[in-house]
Amino acid sequence: MNQDLRREREAASFNPELLTHVLDGSPENTRRRREIENLILNDPDFQHEDLNFLTRSQRYEVAVRKSANMVKKMRDFGIADPEEIMWFKKVHLVNFVEPVGLNYSMFIPTLLNQGTTAQQEKWLLSSKGLQIIGTYAQTEMGHGTHLRGLETTATYDPETQEFILNSPTVTSIKWWPGGLGKTSNHAIVLAQLITKGKCYGLHAFIVPIREIGTHKPLPGITVGDIGPKFGYDEMDNGYLKMDNYRIPRENMLMKYAQVKPDGTYVKPVSNKLTYGTMVFVRSFLVGEAARSLSKACTIAIRYSAVRHQSEIKPGEPEPQILDFQTQQYKLFPLLATAYAFQFVGAYMKETYHRINEDIGHGDLSELPELHALTAGLKAFTSWTTNAAIEACRMACGGHGYSHCSGLPNIYVTFTPTCTFEGENTVMMLQTARFLMKSYDQVHSGKLVCGMVSYLNDLPTQRIQPQQVAVWPTVVDIDSPDSLTEAYKLRAARLVEIAAKNLQNEVIRRESKEVAWNLTSVDLVRASEAHCHYVVVKLFSEKLLKIQDKSIHTVLRNLCLLYCLYGISQKAGDFLQGSIMTESQITQVNQRIKELLTAVRPDAVALVDAFDFKDVTLGSVLGRYDGNVYEHLFEWAKKSPLNKAEVQKNCVFPPFEILHLNIKAERISELTPLRKLWNLLWLFQTLYLSNRFRRELGCSHSTQVFHFLNHLITVGHVHTYTKLEYCNTSLSHTST
Amino acid sequence: MEHEPGDWILSKAQQTGTKKIQARMGSPVHRVSLGDTWSTQVHPDIESERYIQSFNVERLINILDGGAQNTALRRKVESIIHSDPEFSLKDNYFMTQNERYEAAVKRKFHLQTIAKRQGWSEGSPELYYSYRTLSGDLAFSIHMVFLKSLKSLGSEEQIAKWAPLCNDFQIIATYAQTELGHGTYLQGLETEATYDAATQEFVVHSPTMTATKWWPGDLGRSATHALVQAQLICSGARQGMHAFIVPIRSLQDHTPLPGVTVGDIGPKMGFHHIDHGFLRLDHVRIPRENMLSRFAQVLPDGTYLKVGSLQINYLSMVVMRVDLLLGEIIPMLQKACVIAIRYSVIRHQSSLRPSGPEVKILDYQTQQHKLLPQLATVYAFHFLASNLLKFFHSSYSAILNRDFSHLPELHALSAGIKALVSDLCLQGTELCRRACGGHGYSKLSGLPSLVSRVTASCTYEGENTVLYLQTARFLVKNYLQVHGSLGSTSQMFLPKSTAYLTTPYQARCPAQKAADFLHAKLYTAAWAHVAARLIKDSAHHLQTLMQSGADWDEAWNQSTVLHLQAAKAHCYYISVKNFTETLDKLENEPAIQQVLKRLCDLYALHSILTNSGDFLHDGFLSGTQVDAVRTAYLNLLLLIRKDAILLTDAFDFMDHCLNSALGCYDGNVYERLFHWAQRSPTNTQGNPAYEKYIKPLLQSWRSKL
Repeated sequence: MNQDLRREREAASFNPELLTHVLDGSPENTRRRREIENLILNDPDFQHEDLNFLTRSQRYEVAVRKSANMVKKMRDFGIADPEEIMWFKKVHLVNFVEPVGLNYSMFIPTLLNQGTTAQQEKWLLSSKGLQIIGTYAQTEMGHGTHLRGLETTATYDPETQEFILNSPTVTSIKWWPGGLGKTSNHAIVLAQLITKGKCYGLHAFIVPIREIGTHKPLPGITVGDIGPKFGYDEMDNGYLKMDNYRIPRENMLMKYAQVKPDGTYVKPVSNKLTYGTMVFVRSFLVGEAARSLSKACTIAIRYSAVRHQSEIKPGEPEPQILDFQTQQYKLFPLLATAYAFQFVGAYMKETYHRINEDIGHGDLSELPELHALTAGLKAFTSWTTNAAIEACRMACGGHGYSHCSGLPNIYVTFTPTCTFEGENTVMMLQTARFLMKSYDQVHSGKLVCGMVSYLNDLPTQRIQPQQVAVWPTVVDIDSPDSLTEAYKLRAARLVEIAAKNLQNEVIRRESKEVAWNLTSVDLVRASEAHCHYVVVKLFSEKLLKIQDKSIHTVLRNLCLLYCLYGISQKAGDFLQGSIMTESQITQVNQRIKELLTAVRPDAVALVDAFDFKDVTLGSVLGRYDGNVYEHLFEWAKKSPLNKAEVQKNCVFPPFEILHLNIKAERISELTPLRKLWNLLWLFQTLYLSNRFRRELGCSHSTQVFHFLNHLITVGHVHTYTKLEYCNTSLSHTST
Repeated sequence: MEHEPGDWILSKAQQTGTKKIQARMGSPVHRVSLGDTWSTQVHPDIESERYIQSFNVERLINILDGGAQNTALRRKVESIIHSDPEFSLKDNYFMTQNERYEAAVKRKFHLQTIAKRQGWSEGSPELYYSYRTLSGDLAFSIHMVFLKSLKSLGSEEQIAKWAPLCNDFQIIATYAQTELGHGTYLQGLETEATYDAATQEFVVHSPTMTATKWWPGDLGRSATHALVQAQLICSGARQGMHAFIVPIRSLQDHTPLPGVTVGDIGPKMGFHHIDHGFLRLDHVRIPRENMLSRFAQVLPDGTYLKVGSLQINYLSMVVMRVDLLLGEIIPMLQKACVIAIRYSVIRHQSSLRPSGPEVKILDYQTQQHKLLPQLATVYAFHFLASNLLKFFHSSYSAILNRDFSHLPELHALSAGIKALVSDLCLQGTELCRRACGGHGYSKLSGLPSLVSRVTASCTYEGENTVLYLQTARFLVKNYLQVHGSLGSTSQMFLPKSTAYLTTPYQARCPAQKAADFLHAKLYTAAWAHVAARLIKDSAHHLQTLMQSGADWDEAWNQSTVLHLQAAKAHCYYISVKNFTETLDKLENEPAIQQVLKRLCDLYALHSILTNSGDFLHDGFLSGTQVDAVRTAYLNLLLLIRKDAILLTDAFDFMDHCLNSALGCYDGNVYERLFHWAQRSPTNTQGNPAYEKYIKPLLQSWRSKL
């Protein structure tokens, strides 16, 4: 092990194993997770190749192979619990990207949620057993988050008892669904239902898209891959266009709404339940944000402990870059954020399960708040994480830019979270809608409960003649509880400002919607403040549940750092609301620096506690053993650019040109035999080069000779005039 | 895919379109567009944005180009480049790293051929414009860095010997500074060049694994020579970093020379067309004449002779940074703004009124709040970098004549401005990408490539934190010069950029209402106040730590977070002030002055709002005043919204150069996205994974039933 990392680990004030148990939820969870990870790592079939050196097509192929392998293995190992499936995937796939994934994450759940018993009987078995591979096609080229805008139509034809599916415009082409491009043969398609000449809004239809056996697109179906993306190289995100494509009536998912054989539409009883899947996916994404950020922090902090640079004092050996205050200031608040989000992720999971049970009992009362909270937290955590991963990457300097660091991959895999499953700004505005509703309720004398209950205090505060005086200005910057109060006040204040501005605009404008738009920047601010408060609150509440003293101390420092850093970043809000004074802000900034020093000795142990396997991190810089530079060199040698260099005869065409020029330059000085050899070599290279053949406009050898003649006679003329000459002479010969 | 999607798309476009493009030669539309055969109409949603012109776009283009003659020249170059299919960038997104590299080398040589034919010399504006229009997607850019370093660090004889070889590409050269273990911190580099007086040679050597040169562009597979930065050791003494020309590959067959281990460093986030490389030297001998010796030389007997300041080594870095701003970093954000703003008038989403039509997403306040500050920022940076370049040119000739008086200020300005510009350009480009929703994640939007390229600029040519701290050092020094140890103010002469440190302290901002914040003097003074206060605080903090016993270096490290904030505030101040001064010079163009004034206001107010804590901190702004700033800011968004498309058109990028399915001039976003996706190898090359894995998977379950 690298000496620096060894020293760091020995000096830690706590046992990271205990913290790992806290993060996993219990020692038993940690044990089971590792058991599953080891199943994979000890499996001879598990072979993790470095995807960085593969082309996109190759990466897709590897992913399909892994998916296929995984389905088999999970059966063999008897892994069925969703949590355990996630652990399994984390190591097996490394980054969760699997072309067959949508079959399990969207196709089957939608079938379960919205299909009738008969439909489930018909489709469930075959999709679970992968007789068919399904995907979920909702997003269109022209519309994403705004569902009502989708344009695909499904028109019912009572004569044949079929639906006719159409993509009437370019913008209506389904675009982005994962696994659609090359892998799936069925899709659940969301389309506007039209029957008896009337449009009834969006409904889900099971649509066969490829022929079983040949995998060819069915007649009326145009399907393909949408091309290269920022990341997700392994995934075949696809497009789907349908032209008068007919499916039987039974292919509409009819658990709630129905179309009778004669075309009569039967309305669903309640549609609140369709929230369920969205809420689940979004709460999962909060956990995903925590995991991605934890990975990035692990890499950046380990590397910062290994890398030495510059000097703090002249003449002394170069310090670890983690000893620079600026490096600590970059990384430790992010580490604290990673821990905060870990706890928020765990809370979201618990809450979801709890409320899901309530829903099972028919109690939907908590669903609206959960819906609003998951939307906002998904946006808040993904925005923060997005910027934080990038900051971790840049904290690794130039090496962070190389794929060897693993950070570019983590970033490009994570960043779509900001736009998929609900675009973040739209998500924030959904939360804002809930906040405004709650504000109005409080205003009309009703009490609100849950995370927004702080709004109940607003009316009493407003009665006071001097608003400022009622804020408890005594914020104890060393108490997480007191800081939570400060965040609560900030949230209350920004919610109130947004609500008042909204009211003013409503009075001035003719429409509520216009007023809403003209207040939306304020509304997003209010939602952000609300979410920030929730995160701070959950973190400080978590501290109360920690028994072990050493763990409590270190987590308390992180919690304080998280709270104070946020205040320092948003100092304007706290000052403007008179929640804190100028001198307190100065104290906050001072205290942050003290906390950086306090966290410093435990930094490596804190990332070790995330317990990522090297294979999951996929990073040379973040290796557990810290032997960075040696492995960096080994890694680079695998690059395909170097492989080509080894085979000398296989130089790339541009170098043929270059060497051609250099050789021709000296040709007059060569012996006749050498000249002849060179001539033959040139002839061979040129003749074989497709590109040259194309440029010559023919493949006839005499013309190649013609060209070579020129080369030899003008051998001492300037390199580029020659190239130019050859270009012009080529255009002559081809005309 | 065998089918022809063009047919039905065309008919659709004909249905929705209202006016035909005036496709006569020379009209702007014709000039910038891709001219796809199926796209005969400009999308009405973008055409309507161009209908009412509150200012003359062509005049603004001229201003940005620095004169109408430059615009004409640039367009001439662009038409030559883009009429040549060899230069097409359209398949870039589908290529592997190897293919990208190959294409970039090919393009470079082709460009040389064209340049020769057209008589474009090295360093000419024509070549600069061709680089711009090809988005720098050319090999051998470090070859040019070598040339520049040679010209600033080499003696006349050395320039005479090596420059022609470079210009004619008889050699391909690179500049090898960064090592595996060290980057921005130059003194830490480990490569050694030991002088051997017996043979009059330098022995260049990589003593450790971490001394391996790592990252230099063009080094991986192309370069035949490298300008290696190494510790000079002569007569037993270490003399610090010097530059040496080391031959690394055979000119005959391109194989590495004896003692040289060289190769490519592998896949990266961006810059796939460049072969960044590694280089290990095992006691490689080079003649004494290969050390660049304008400012220092080693005599045959091993005597070391210095002919200039040590600072001079920084000069080539200053040159690089200044060039990067306008040549590389700022155009990235310009393009991102063009793409995101054009897309935002084509994309419709939801409605503002119940049962009203879906509106352009640019009409949403939140979308304006994302994009328009980026537009304002990139305009601010364009003018900032242009003026920095002017300052650089005026100082540069003096420096070559060994007058170093401007070097500290130039160095501090270029460091801080490079850091601020690259930081905000990265943030802005990424914001633009995400503002395009899912489609921004597709490479066909062009945005991922911009982001992954501009992001490198935050760490190359000096890591940004280190650069800010260099600026801070200069600021603290200036501050202490003026204010002595504590309190007392002396009337020292300060450089222009820090003269505000001597202006009298203003305790409160005099603004009464939102409209007051639209006065350039007022917000410039506000930034000056905050910058001066933060510099004062950081200097005092440093002094306090030293008075309590810490030595300078320890105290410096313990106050770096403050220095960082001070340097950033200083750079903000410089950029705001520079923008307002640029406006003053546009008196003859009232319409353009007005629209640019709004951008300047927006830039300044946005920067105040994002840093409002610093303004509220000492009560310079009150809470009410910050609210007024926000009101003024939101009003500006609506005003700039009207001109947004024209303001992006004014960057005058051709579609070829944007290479974006979302950002084309004609606004036919969705059709183009669909067309381009068809070209993807994933669609043209079948699906081998089906036969290999999917089919067996499907059948293995069937057989069990």
